Amino acid sequence: MKEALVITFHSTHHALKAERILKEKMEVLVIPIPRSISANCGIALKVEGQDLNRIEMILSERPVPFDGIYPYKNS
Amino acid sequence: MTIYFDNAATSYPKPPAVLESVIDFFKNVGANPGRSGHRLSVEAARLIYQARESLAELFKAGDPLRVVFTHNATHAINMALFGLLKPGDHVITGSMEHNSVARPLRHLEKLGVELTVISADSKTSLIDPADFKASLRKKTKLIVTLHGSNVTGAIMDIKGIGRVAKEAGAFFMVDAAQTAGCFEIDVNEMNVDILAFTGHKALFGPQGTGGLYIKEGIDLVPTIFGGTGSASESDLQPGFLPDSLESGTPNTPGLSGLCAGVDFVLAEGVDKIRTHELNLIRVMEGGLSKIDGLLQPVRILEESRLPIFSFNIDGLSASEVGLFLERDYDIMVRVGLHCSPWAHSTIGTHPCGTVRASLGYLSTKAEVQTFLAALEAISRRRQVS
Repeated sequence: MKEALVITFHSTHHALKAERILKEKMEVLVIPIPRSISANCGIALKVEGQDLNRIEMILSERPVPFDGIYPYKNS
Repeated sequence: MTIYFDNAATSYPKPPAVLESVIDFFKNVGANPGRSGHRLSVEAARLIYQARESLAELFKAGDPLRVVFTHNATHAINMALFGLLKPGDHVITGSMEHNSVARPLRHLEKLGVELTVISADSKTSLIDPADFKASLRKKTKLIVTLHGSNVTGAIMDIKGIGRVAKEAGAFFMVDAAQTAGCFEIDVNEMNVDILAFTGHKALFGPQGTGGLYIKEGIDLVPTIFGGTGSASESDLQPGFLPDSLESGTPNTPGLSGLCAGVDFVLAEGVDKIRTHELNLIRVMEGGLSKIDGLLQPVRILEESRLPIFSFNIDGLSASEVGLFLERDYDIMVRVGLHCSPWAHSTIGTHPCGTVRASLGYLSTKAEVQTFLAALEAISRRRQVS
């Protein structure tokens, strides 16, 4: 089982665009930004069991500006 | 039954889904969008994002993040003009413009922007794209025009004017206040770089909503700075859309209603809306031309007009006609100059103005017939007295 990934954004608007696009292909959760990750807007997206490169590719294709993609351990 | 023929000022009534969407926001969401990480704040932001998506679909604009919200079209137009033009730049516009374009341009002129105002044809209120071409200069930065006239209903040749701008390497901005929602708009096909729209007319949203579509690659300098819920560690304005141009808490209940209005337009289809309005135009034109003493300052072919009609009745002032229509027939129209002194000067009705009847998708043929009968009676009354 792959680790969960957390994707962060500069703006909530960008996060919501990414949510719409990723939701067509996988389960996506909108979460408050985890304390361990510093980022610019209050929310992040969390996906489970996904390949980091695939996420990066989907977001770059549309395009959706994002800040970073981090592996995330469920606590 | 009240007949509301003032849809060019604001559409009324609205589709029920618009009201429900506003109420639903207050009942079930209520939070400030994008300012917090909690569920309700995210839900509020999602409502606004959906409105961006629906508008991007309507204008065939591609990326929803290129749609920026404002309080109305005037606010949007000001943001674009002041965010784009600098002293020494040249801008071309036409003489049918509303004060929402005329006044900011007159102010920019005082600040050193060079302004050319092209006269529209006094009999049709239209402008030949070639006239824009003839006014181009080396430093022409922008051509700005309205799409549909709020005074005469004339629809400008946006494709033709857009081509002139593109060939000249100038930006092309369109004020779609009267057309967004009731007339086909394709920003790419029309070469539109910046589109200003209002939410509360043919898009059926609440008042206090509007916005801009801004083509990829165009950076407007913000005119309003402040909190955006993003990049909060910095005291500098973020440089990305939509945040850079959306400071302060937005009109979320209004935008939620606007989204429902745009979705109504998308579900009905602009083609179907246009077909209904064309039918109303035919009934109206046929009736008006038969009324004795009715003066129409311009004649426009039905395919290049909106259901907006400016006229006078010989021997009566515009305000008298407006008064009789309301007092005796419960019909609401707008009389006067319609915030458009340039346009009324162009068609020879400045400073007395006209009576303006403006219809919308929710207007009916029966209402038009009642209206025509009322006008005929008013016209007859004039001949007796």
